[in-house]
Amino acid sequence: MRIGTLKESYVADAALFDSATQKLWLGAGAALLVLFPFMASDYWLYLACLVAINVASAAGLNILTGYTGLVSLGQAAFMGLGAYTVAILQTRWGTPFLLNILAGGVVAMLGGLVVGIPSLRVKGLYLAIATIAASFIAHFLFANLSITGGTGGLAVPPASVMGVALDTSFRIYWLIVPVTLVLLLGAANLFRTRIGRAFIAIRDRDISAEVLGIPLLRYKLLSFGLSSFYAGIAGGLWAYFFRVVTPESFPLQMSIFFLAAIIVGGMGTILGSILGAVFMTMVPELLKFVFDLLPSTGHDMKVFLSPVRTVVFGLLIVGFLIFEPHGLAEVWRRIRRFFHLWPFRN
Amino acid sequence: MDWAYLFEISLTGLASGGLYALAALAFVLVYKATKVVNIAIGEMLMVGAYLFFAFAASFSLPIWLAVLGAMLGAGLLGAVIERTMIRPLLGEPPISAFMVTVGLGSILVGLVEIIWSADQRRLPEFVPSTPVMIGDAFLAPKVAYGALMAFVLIALVLLLFRFWRGGVALRATASDQGAAYMMGINVPRVFSLAWVVSAVIAALAGIVVGSIGGISSSMGVFGLSVLVVVIVGGLDSVLGALVGGLFIGLVEALAGAYLGGEYKLLATFLVLVVVLMIKPYGLFGTHEIERL
Repeated sequence: MRIGTLKESYVADAALFDSATQKLWLGAGAALLVLFPFMASDYWLYLACLVAINVASAAGLNILTGYTGLVSLGQAAFMGLGAYTVAILQTRWGTPFLLNILAGGVVAMLGGLVVGIPSLRVKGLYLAIATIAASFIAHFLFANLSITGGTGGLAVPPASVMGVALDTSFRIYWLIVPVTLVLLLGAANLFRTRIGRAFIAIRDRDISAEVLGIPLLRYKLLSFGLSSFYAGIAGGLWAYFFRVVTPESFPLQMSIFFLAAIIVGGMGTILGSILGAVFMTMVPELLKFVFDLLPSTGHDMKVFLSPVRTVVFGLLIVGFLIFEPHGLAEVWRRIRRFFHLWPFRN
Repeated sequence: MDWAYLFEISLTGLASGGLYALAALAFVLVYKATKVVNIAIGEMLMVGAYLFFAFAASFSLPIWLAVLGAMLGAGLLGAVIERTMIRPLLGEPPISAFMVTVGLGSILVGLVEIIWSADQRRLPEFVPSTPVMIGDAFLAPKVAYGALMAFVLIALVLLLFRFWRGGVALRATASDQGAAYMMGINVPRVFSLAWVVSAVIAALAGIVVGSIGGISSSMGVFGLSVLVVVIVGGLDSVLGALVGGLFIGLVEALAGAYLGGEYKLLATFLVLVVVLMIKPYGLFGTHEIERL
């Protein structure tokens, strides 16, 4: 049973991390993140970096879809914008990597504003369709502009800190994970401010929000721009992690992956972005593992891996929307409540 | 400027626009009745084409039986989709149903790839192969007969809407759900009906599209152009679907002929942006007025 959580001031009530238990767990989590690279194998480090990049992008999409109630199917394309920006800056001018990543975010945000202005003036799912269009246009530009290296793409030299090239999973981990944590903290804090609360108001009832003095277009654009900014940063990290960027790196399936991640994790919660991205990144690995366990029956089962993954993604989206619309974050909350209330039943 | 060439291209464009119009009809039908934006429309087209492929090529049934089989299979699929995925989300915000159709598209693509693999396949030939001449313009036989089929089907669907009992129930539900309920129309049944009919129309469109360009698991891309068509025409307008379909067909054909094949989708999406800028509810869509 959880007791002693009396708050005596508004500041204490509005604090991001409000209880001692929570701080304890966060401390333990931070320690684990620091110790992880020293304990894990290369394969797990690779996965951890991938998860962190996906968490950053999913958090961005969650700002838009979970908190503002708008759907985007262009998250991957905006990651592509960020990745290409980083690749071009790094190969042409060799500017510092943090600056490149930031520039990637800003370019993606500007791209988001360009897509958002025509499609956010009207209510409804126009943004979703416009972002699909945007991802095809982005793919076309990546494949046909001279600066993006055409269909062959660009090779990105590794980021380097004081002469040390971040060229292994172990080294790049120290770039990716802190950046992701900063983004997550930013997202968590956003919803304690006027802007974040305006997003939630728009999601819950857009007309009421407008009556309350929230300019709809401006805030929807802001939300979309922020979400694209997150995608751009994630794309920049992606570029430094895989170190090659091609037009095929950011397909529409990847955008569906992020949508699936926030649905499975839980829309409208920060925890949901994390749980969803972790879960969805692990699903293909798990499937690969299951396929390896299958007895070999003459013909190659590996060809089914990719379509099965596609089906599983779809099933997860549909299943969670119907049976657990608040996602894994809600499951997590239920488990937590059980322990909070124990020995009483909830 | 070669006017004969332009005429020929425009004709081809209008012909393929007929297919867009047919597929857009399937979309508008579901949107009007259930207010669900079905982004998996292209994938439903694909499943219809593959069902036809299975009946006609793998079981080597006669063509008319294979078409009937594909229609039946697609109708069943539509019913199952409505019952298991759309019905449980009744009353939820529209964004949920939309995201379910995103998942649905993913499931359908995956299933098709598991059963038939991702390779491109050809449907058995069933259209005459003598070229069609309109004036001096040459029209590829598949495109011409495909367009002919599309226009006949569209006319058939419009007649069904007008005179069939189920069609009247559909229109009634679309214009006022509450009033339809009070007049004794079984609205949930109408929702099922809308999905079934939409899936059947999509399957027919898919068979025609597949017979022109072959079928593959990435055929769903066709659905993207269909989405643009319905936005240009207005999401809830049958007339808009027809006009928008022809228009987009024309734009794609012209872009493909004068700029190159890879500019087709680009041109379509530019049209989308322009329409969103100047006429966001489409050419014939209703501008919704809400009250708190």
